[in-house]
Amino acid sequence: MTLTSTQTILIICIVTLGTMITRFLPFILFKGNKSNNTYIKYLGQVLPYATIGLLVVYCLRNVNFKTPSYGFPEAIAIVCIIILHYWKENTLLSIGAGTVIYMILVQFVFV
Amino acid sequence: MALKVAFPYTIPVLTGFTFLGIAYGILMSSKGYGAGWTVLMSLMVFAGSAQYITINFLTTIFNPINAFLITLMINARHLFYGISMLDKYNDSGKLKPYLIFGLCDETFSIVCSTEAPKDVDKDWFYFFITLLNHAYWVLGSFLGAWLGSKISFNTKGLDFVLTALFVVIFIGQWKNKENRKPAIVGVVCSIICLIIFGQDNFIIPSMAAILIVLTIWRKEFIKKDILTKEGIQ
Repeated sequence: MTLTSTQTILIICIVTLGTMITRFLPFILFKGNKSNNTYIKYLGQVLPYATIGLLVVYCLRNVNFKTPSYGFPEAIAIVCIIILHYWKENTLLSIGAGTVIYMILVQFVFV
Repeated sequence: MALKVAFPYTIPVLTGFTFLGIAYGILMSSKGYGAGWTVLMSLMVFAGSAQYITINFLTTIFNPINAFLITLMINARHLFYGISMLDKYNDSGKLKPYLIFGLCDETFSIVCSTEAPKDVDKDWFYFFITLLNHAYWVLGSFLGAWLGSKISFNTKGLDFVLTALFVVIFIGQWKNKENRKPAIVGVVCSIICLIIFGQDNFIIPSMAAILIVLTIWRKEFIKKDILTKEGIQ
């Protein structure tokens, strides 16, 4: 634990609040009537896909291509996930195997 | 009654949440957070990806504003789940707050694609789907926290589970051609902002850039979408 208990509770409350804002806001904004705003609808169509792209980059933000291991463990694990997911289409298998492969790579291969 | 009917629909989530929950609990315990913290988090937040990312905020310097903004960003997709569920949840009365509270990815994927059978009250049906999913998530993460305290193994690299999760979602979306342009916009804007602003400050600029690009190109995106849908392309 890096933070104190009070700080941890604060972070938990803040993350809860942030999550709940995103879940309750549409129901508060569009109380009673349906959303007819075409711009909001358009964002509803495209934003989820752009967001996942951003999240993938966010997860990989600390990968350094200039120092060993040059991003190889991440690249190899992701390629495995892609192949596995196109082949078996099993979400859990892809996530599980991808994670195990990555753990093996960073613990035994690219130490 | 509604519980019995709802249960079979949640079985895929049972397996998924057990696995992701266990990984989450183990990860939390590897950072020094015991079962109490993990369960509290899963009970209150009930959002897998946000909880995984929150581990970063618990293990670096105390920065609540950053935690808040990143939570909003990660969960921004929930806004669109809400918009899709406005009608279905409109008249659910006293159950409505909990239904909205529990509208995570997995719950949404079930409730948006499932109509309640005729002889069951639809609000209670959705309520039990949400409740079961919530229970799986809490139990899974508790199990992980417990395992993490019993067994000690090298967890280095386990946090890749989050990356793997997003990569898998990304691939799932990529398979549908219509989704590719916004996905590319998301990745390219983020990479450019990462290079310009650095790894600690690129999230907000990326979000702004994505919104701007999607807004500027919306005519083209919409037109292409309709064309694809009508099978003209």
